[in-house]
Amino acid sequence: MALAHADGNHRSAVVLILLALLLLASLLLASALGPYPLMPGDLAAAVMARLGGEAAPGPVDTILFQIRLPRVLAALLVGAALAAAGASYQTLFRNPLVSPDILGVSAGAGFGAVLGILLSLPVIAIQGLGFATGLATVGIVYTLARALRSQNEILVLVLAGIVVGALAGAGISLVKILADPYNQLPAITFWLLGSLAGIKVSDVQTVAPLVILGLVPLGLLRWRIGVLSLGDDEARALGVNVRFVRGVVIAAATLITATSVSVSGVIGWVGLVIPHMARMLVGPRYDRVLPAAALMGAAFLVLIDTVARTAARIEIPLGLLTALLGAPVFVWLLARGRRAWS
Amino acid sequence: MLQASALSIGYEGRLVAAGIDLAVRRGEVLCLLGPNGAGKTTLFKTLLGLIPALGGEVAIDGRPIGALSRSELALSMAYVPQAQVMEFAYTVLDLVLMGRTAHLGPFSAPGPRDRQRALGALADLGIAELASAEANRISGGQRQLCLVARALAQDAPLLVMDEPTASLDLGNRLLVLARVKALSAQGYGVVFSTHDPDQARELATSVAVIAHGRLAAYGPPHETLTGPILSAVYGVEVTVERTESGRHVVAPSERGSQVRAPSMDLH
Repeated sequence: MALAHADGNHRSAVVLILLALLLLASLLLASALGPYPLMPGDLAAAVMARLGGEAAPGPVDTILFQIRLPRVLAALLVGAALAAAGASYQTLFRNPLVSPDILGVSAGAGFGAVLGILLSLPVIAIQGLGFATGLATVGIVYTLARALRSQNEILVLVLAGIVVGALAGAGISLVKILADPYNQLPAITFWLLGSLAGIKVSDVQTVAPLVILGLVPLGLLRWRIGVLSLGDDEARALGVNVRFVRGVVIAAATLITATSVSVSGVIGWVGLVIPHMARMLVGPRYDRVLPAAALMGAAFLVLIDTVARTAARIEIPLGLLTALLGAPVFVWLLARGRRAWS
Repeated sequence: MLQASALSIGYEGRLVAAGIDLAVRRGEVLCLLGPNGAGKTTLFKTLLGLIPALGGEVAIDGRPIGALSRSELALSMAYVPQAQVMEFAYTVLDLVLMGRTAHLGPFSAPGPRDRQRALGALADLGIAELASAEANRISGGQRQLCLVARALAQDAPLLVMDEPTASLDLGNRLLVLARVKALSAQGYGVVFSTHDPDQARELATSVAVIAHGRLAAYGPPHETLTGPILSAVYGVEVTVERTESGRHVVAPSERGSQVRAPSMDLH
C-alpha cells in the first residue's frame, strides 16, 4: 500500500488531518479514564473554568490539571519524540530497521539514570544525569566516527554506536550488581522498562521545550533530510551539504531521544514500528513521514499509557506493553513483504 | 564549460591517475573509456567535487569547483548515477523532484512550479506516464531515464553520467543513447563513461581514455578509438573494422585475441 500516485500531496494532507483527529480523540479518552473517571461534561467544565481564570470546584481540577494531564502530555511528547527520532534515523541511515537508540543514546541515558538511582540522587538529578550521559554517548560516538576518517561514514557511525552502546550496557549491568537488591534494584529495573508514573507538571515544563527544540530543525530541513536517503554522493551532487544536514539530524534526534528517555525510562518499539506504519499511510517521503510519525507516535503512546495506568491494579511498565504490541505488529509488517516497510 | 587541468586523482595516500587535462563545452559529448579499475569512477567523483583532487584543478566556467558551494555546483552540473534499487519506495515523481533541491531555499520543499518542471523533464524523455509509478518497480532502462530526468529537472547545463547504459538490454540501451544524443543537440554538455568503444564512437565529440595511471588518449573519436590504442589499453588485440554501411566497429583481431601485456608506450 506504499503510495503510488502523483497526487500524494493531497492524500498525505488528508492522512495528517485524520491522524491529528485521532490524537485529539486519544487525548480526550486518556483525560477521561483513570481511577476517578471524568465525564466529558466534567472535562469541559474544568477546562472552561480554567479559561475563565479559576479552578473548577471539587477534585476534578486537581485530578485533571495536576495529575492526569501532565502525564497525558508527557506521553504525547515522548511518543512524538521517539517516533520522529526513529523516522529521522531510518532516513539518515537509509535503513528501515533502525531505531532511535542506534547511536547508543538510550543505553547512554540509561546508564546515567541508573547511576543516579544507585547514588540515591533526587529525581531531577537522575533525569539530568540520564539526559547528559545520553547526549555525551552520542557525542563520543560521533567524535569517534569522525576520528576514524573512513570513506563509509555511515557504516563507521553505526559500528561506533554499537561499540559505545555496548559499553554503556555493561555499565548498566555493573550498576545493577552494585545496587541494593531490595530498594534500588527494583527501581532500576522499573525505570529501564519505561514508565510515566512519576510525571509532574514541572517535568512537562522541562520536556516540552526540549522536544520542540529538537523537532523544529527536523521540520525545517525536512526536504534535504529526505534527499540524504539517496546516499551521500547523490545527495551532495543534488546540492545538499551532507555533513551539515547529517549533523543537525543526529543532534536533533539525539536531543529529543535523550529528553524522552531521561523522563520516561527506556520505551522500545515506538521509534521502530511507528515510522513504518507512517510510511504505509503517506509513502516514504521524509517531509510527509515526519509529521505523520510524530502524530501517530503521540496518539499511540497516549493510548498505551492509558492502558498502563488503568488496565491493572498495579502500573504496567510501558516498555512491556510496547513490546507486547510492537513485536507482533513488526512481524506482521515483515510478512507483508518489502513493500510494506519501504 | 567544465575543464580539468593537470589533474591528479585518487584517495588519501593512493594516487590513481595523474596529468589529466580535458574539457567539455555545451553541446559536446565527452566519452570516458578505460579498463576496470583504471579510475573512471574516481575521475567522476573528482570532477563532481565529491572527493578532492590530489593535484591540479577542476573548474567550471573558469571558477575552481573548490570555491563553489554545494548548491552552486549542483546548479552547474548534474550527476546521473547508475540506477539502483533504493531502500525506500519513492515514486518516480518524488525521485525527479529531488533534482529541484538546489533551487529550493534551505527550509523549503518543492512547490507546484518544481512539480511542473519535474513532470516536464519526464515528458521530455518520453516517460511522463511513469510519474506515479514506484521507481523500484519499473525496468532498469526506465529507472535510468528517471535519473536522467532528475538531472534535467536540476536545470544544470552539464550532465555527468556514470555508465548509464551498463546493465541495460539492447532496446533500453539504444533508448538511453538516443536521449543523450538529443540532449547534447539541445545544448547540454555531457560527460559519459562507458565500456563500449562503439558507443563512444557513435556519441562522442571527444573521447578520453584513462589507463595505466594517466590519460592514455584524448581527442576526437577517429583518433582515439583506433586498433592500436584500444589493444594497448585493454591488453587484447583488437582492430577497428568498417562495415558495409560505413560504420566502424571494434572486433577481435584476425590474428586471434591473444592477450598481451599492457603497454605504456602510447602517446
